[in-house]
Amino acid sequence: MKYLHLIWAALFRRKSRTFLTLVSILAAFLLFGMLDATRAAFSSGGSVVGVDRLITTSRYSIIQSLPSSLATRMQAVPGVKTVGHANWFGGIYQDPKNFVLSFAVSDNYLDIYHEIQLSPEQRKAFETTRTGAIVGEALAKRFGWKVGDKVPLQSTIFPQRNGDKTWPFDIVGIYTPAKGAANGTDQQFFFHYKYFQEANAYRSLGDTVGWYAIQLTSADKADSVAKAIDALSANSDHETKTQTEQAFNASFAKQLGDIGLIVSAIMGAVFFTLILLTGNTMAQAVRERTNELAVLKTIGFSSRSVLGMVLAEGVLLLVLGGVLGLAIAAVLVPIVAKGSGGMLNLPPIGAQTWLLGIALMVAIGALVGALPAIRAMRLNIVDALAGR
Amino acid sequence: MSTLIEINDLSKVYERGRQKVEVLHGVNLAIAEGDFLALMGPSGSGKTTLLNLIGGLDTPTGGSLSVAGERIDRMSGGQLARWRAAHVGFVFQFYNLMPMLSAQRNVELPLLLTKLSASQRRQNASVALQLVGLADRASHKPSELSGGQQQRVAIARAIVSDPTLLVCDEPTGDLDRQSAEDILGLLRELNREHGKTIVMVTHDPKAAEYANHTLHLDKGALVEQAAA
Ligand SMILES: Nc1ncnc2c1ncn2[C@@H]1O[C@H](COP(=O)(O)OP(=O)(O)O)[C@@H](O)[C@H]1O
Ligand SMILES: [Mg+2]
Repeated sequence: MKYLHLIWAALFRRKSRTFLTLVSILAAFLLFGMLDATRAAFSSGGSVVGVDRLITTSRYSIIQSLPSSLATRMQAVPGVKTVGHANWFGGIYQDPKNFVLSFAVSDNYLDIYHEIQLSPEQRKAFETTRTGAIVGEALAKRFGWKVGDKVPLQSTIFPQRNGDKTWPFDIVGIYTPAKGAANGTDQQFFFHYKYFQEANAYRSLGDTVGWYAIQLTSADKADSVAKAIDALSANSDHETKTQTEQAFNASFAKQLGDIGLIVSAIMGAVFFTLILLTGNTMAQAVRERTNELAVLKTIGFSSRSVLGMVLAEGVLLLVLGGVLGLAIAAVLVPIVAKGSGGMLNLPPIGAQTWLLGIALMVAIGALVGALPAIRAMRLNIVDALAGR
Repeated sequence: MSTLIEINDLSKVYERGRQKVEVLHGVNLAIAEGDFLALMGPSGSGKTTLLNLIGGLDTPTGGSLSVAGERIDRMSGGQLARWRAAHVGFVFQFYNLMPMLSAQRNVELPLLLTKLSASQRRQNASVALQLVGLADRASHKPSELSGGQQQRVAIARAIVSDPTLLVCDEPTGDLDRQSAEDILGLLRELNREHGKTIVMVTHDPKAAEYANHTLHLDKGALVEQAAA
């Protein structure tokens, strides 16, 4: 700590060069923060509800639908309490950037998803309105929707039978998700499967549902029930895959592309470039100070303390730029999440990201400082002073 | 006066590729405590090399070299570093100050290696700067000082931890006449009033006059000179 002013002075010996290096470090860690938030958004989000729920999808692809006739046979499996289903709608409100996570669901859907809490009156209104829809409070707030509003959504996929892709809905309820609900539950939009099915131009697809949601009698039945349900469709043209909701969420993210892998690949390339760039700058900066380092050694600074000072310089450089970059990311993430109109449900940058970030800063700093530091340690005083 | 530095049959050989260059050979010398010695000689005669050996910046190839009874020719790199910090102050031709640090911070540098507190370091550095007549320039960076002033800061840095020995390699080589005389006067004062033993390399006979006596090096060996 005694040497901090020496390290600081060395770092800012060339202000513009250090500034430019800091900016590139800052940019790298800003990107790191944003990408890590994106990765976290696509991981299941640690929801605690739903451990007693199973999701049954087509074995081959979650976009392939399943026959609705399966429901009664699934209901007969021991350990199954309720069988509901849902279809992806993919709605857009007014403008393509206003994406709405919307689903056509079975009448008993709310019995399975307890975390979607409605007042009894609103629940009743939903049950009795053909074009009724219930929306999460965050979603309602985003578009200023109130109960009683008529809201048209355009489907990205399904036209109505008259060829119109705009579907009218009546907002009959606004719900507040219960504590422990999965990330983004308050951003969703639910309406009746019946309405969807009757008005849908693609009726020719037959009586199909997107996926089934099963409420178990108890969570420990998950394995046996999943096996029994999948056995129902074994060797048919619609083989199923049944898994816990958590596993389903994870595999859903996988189908979108392995976000974690993509993030790691991008960050790997960014940090590799950063190491080359900063390493080169550090090497040059230390070479320019050969004479000063020789003077320190002349005065009696040990080779090891000279080594330590150059290493510390690398770490300080990275931590300065990196912390700034991550701090900016922490400010930007909520803004981007808001600006994405609900498409990206980015969680704020948490302690884990900070910890990983700082570990990366220290490691990269030590790495780029290592070669110049060893050179400084080995520096021969007499040769350096004579400029040899 | 007792002998501070004792040099016996000292030699230094540099290896340049396969070629060996004997820069010093058969040097015998005793320097008394409190002496002010000037080393003269043509360029390339080995003056800097001898001075670096005396100051413990380099180790000899042969012979023995002891300072205050300690065989510094036998010390390891780490031991030498600690020895230098405790016993030697260095003054160079081109001052060799840290360009980013103020005069005060430059003078404090050697004290970072001691156990002194920050305020004691500051105080001692101020005293040293006062001694060289630069108390009013403490906050200036080297680039804001003249050559003579920079050399004074370097001298303050050399004496701040109160070493026995000062080694100076052409300390006036880069200065005008007047500044040179000021610096030489300062060195003489440090020698006479503060008892510092000084070994100074110079090629300037006028500078050598400030010393108590002068020795001449030629082709790596000390030579007798009638005039000295
Ligand atoms: N590290 C070294 N490697 C090779 N040759 C050296 C080295 N140091 C000094 N020399 C050579 O030794 C001779 C004496 O050098 P030096 O002591 O610097 O002379 P002076 O200070 O008297 O001008 C010169 O010829 C110089 O080139
Ligand atoms: Mg020389």
